[in-house]
Amino acid sequence: MSSRAENIAAATKALHGVSRIRPAEIVFWLAAVAAFFFLPDQYLLLNEVMITGLFALSLDLVLGYGGIVSLGHAAFFGFGCYVAGLLTKYGVADPLLGLVIVAVMTGLLGLLTSFLVLRGSDLTRIMVTLSVGVLLSEIGNRLAWLTGGADGLQGVAPDLLLGRWEFDIFGKVAYAYTLAVTFVLFVIARRFVFSPFGWSVRAVKENALRTSAIGIPVNRRLIVVYSLAAAIAGIAGALLAQTTQFVSLDVLAFHRSADLLLILIIGGTGYLYGGLVGALLFKLVQDAIANLTPEYWEFWIGLILVSIVMIGRERIVGLPAFLLKRLRGVA
Amino acid sequence: MLTNLFDGVAYGMLLFVIACGLSVTLGLMNLINLAHGAFAMAGGYITVLLVNGWGVPFFAALPIAFVASALIGLLLERTLYIHVYRKSPLDQVLFSIGLVFMAMSGVAYMIGSQQQFIKLPEFLGARFEVLGASIGAYRLLIVVVCGLLAAALQFIIARTRFGSQLRAAVDDPVVARGLGINVDLVFAATFAVGSGLAGLGGALGAEILGLDPTFPLKYMVYFLIVVAVGGSAGMMGPLVAALLLGIADVSGKYYLPQFGSFIIYVLMIVVLLWRPQGLFSRAGGR
Repeated sequence: MSSRAENIAAATKALHGVSRIRPAEIVFWLAAVAAFFFLPDQYLLLNEVMITGLFALSLDLVLGYGGIVSLGHAAFFGFGCYVAGLLTKYGVADPLLGLVIVAVMTGLLGLLTSFLVLRGSDLTRIMVTLSVGVLLSEIGNRLAWLTGGADGLQGVAPDLLLGRWEFDIFGKVAYAYTLAVTFVLFVIARRFVFSPFGWSVRAVKENALRTSAIGIPVNRRLIVVYSLAAAIAGIAGALLAQTTQFVSLDVLAFHRSADLLLILIIGGTGYLYGGLVGALLFKLVQDAIANLTPEYWEFWIGLILVSIVMIGRERIVGLPAFLLKRLRGVA
Repeated sequence: MLTNLFDGVAYGMLLFVIACGLSVTLGLMNLINLAHGAFAMAGGYITVLLVNGWGVPFFAALPIAFVASALIGLLLERTLYIHVYRKSPLDQVLFSIGLVFMAMSGVAYMIGSQQQFIKLPEFLGARFEVLGASIGAYRLLIVVVCGLLAAALQFIIARTRFGSQLRAAVDDPVVARGLGINVDLVFAATFAVGSGLAGLGGALGAEILGLDPTFPLKYMVYFLIVVAVGGSAGMMGPLVAALLLGIADVSGKYYLPQFGSFIIYVLMIVVLLWRPQGLFSRAGGR
């Protein structure tokens, strides 16, 4: 019997070891805060990167932890964007209250659509998520009287943040706001994935059949993680609507879902920071390419995607660790 | 009413010819190839260049479009796709989306992003009345050509030696190899013919579907629907699915324009939930 107790103790210790806060994480967030003080002319860019990172974090929960390949994640982002924009325009202009309402509504949308991704193979899931994404984009286009259609939703003017700070054109308040919201959601997501519940979600990804055999309700796990991710994606969209004060149909476009996959793959899945790191790298690459060939930058994005798959994702993600090992081995 | 039905049939036939290659690679070989529409676009652009640029007759350009797209497909299969067959669905998605992006901007860079129109022979513009329906010669041509192709494909897959080799290679590649079937060759040939047919469909349908660099993305969902709904039991499933889709889309846009393409996406979701393996799935298929 003592061996059982020992096993449990060892497992608990191992889990605590995995979930402890690493120095690199503290450095990461300090850098994000430092950017606020030292890069005052980059606020708009930083804001965008942070929002994309949050959006990618949401996909990471679905893909990296839940194992669901989604090609329509922009549906939640765009939905959150429009809900926030419309709320602000028609009455509820308080940013934080808006975020809460958006989170609830996109969470519900995630809950409803989660039943669609429970059945079938990866292929079925890809096609269903893709269809949901296209469907929402089409709805946004058709309800032009509400969404502004191709012209976009204009006149989104949120109230002062906490009744004190106005969203300025330089994006100073916007970046601080986005950073704070992202940090809070990140802490929640981190708490979530390292909880027993989070571990059971990972078990579902590894082997759904065995997981159900040890008594974990597989479908319920996936429903929860999908809805939570949807809510986070919605909040990311809401942040974009509130800080840029404009919503266009582009937020629902297919290429947003595809770009998001690329972002997460560059950054790496399944360790939470992949989305944020990937968003930063993606933005840098995008800007560099756009400077060279403004019209045809998608070609290079495509080339990167193809190259990543040809070289192998594991090798690319493993490269930094490999180099570090080599360096240490030499030294 | 009948006119709409006929237009829908022509549209569906086009979708079938473009997507039938995909129904083999995706439906049978389980390769998630979102870039299939790019081959159709290649066929369309080759025809435009030949007919409008070099004055090649439309009917001579069609076979060239078929062969050229098939060669492009073969080249890509041998160099790139062959490494992707065994990768995870996520990798296949990333890879094929990458190809789509490259194809789209590549075409926009080389030819331009405006819509292209093929100079069709005069007599294809003719219309005649049959049983009160107004039938265009062009659409009639599409129906005839695509109908013949569908019959030929069904015959090849169900009746010929190559067809049985393909079915064997798909069902169990290892055993098929053991029986002396050159599985790689069968797959490469299938991929090439599928790409060629897509190119031919793109060439034939440039006038109806519209040809511009966003083509592969615009019709991606349509091709996927044909495969998803049609399932993987021979060629009849995709054909019926394509015809239903064509008729539903044409009459939907005509009678219920405010709903646009809603009906189609909703239909696809419902079918996938109801029967994840497609309407016409076969026992033992994957």
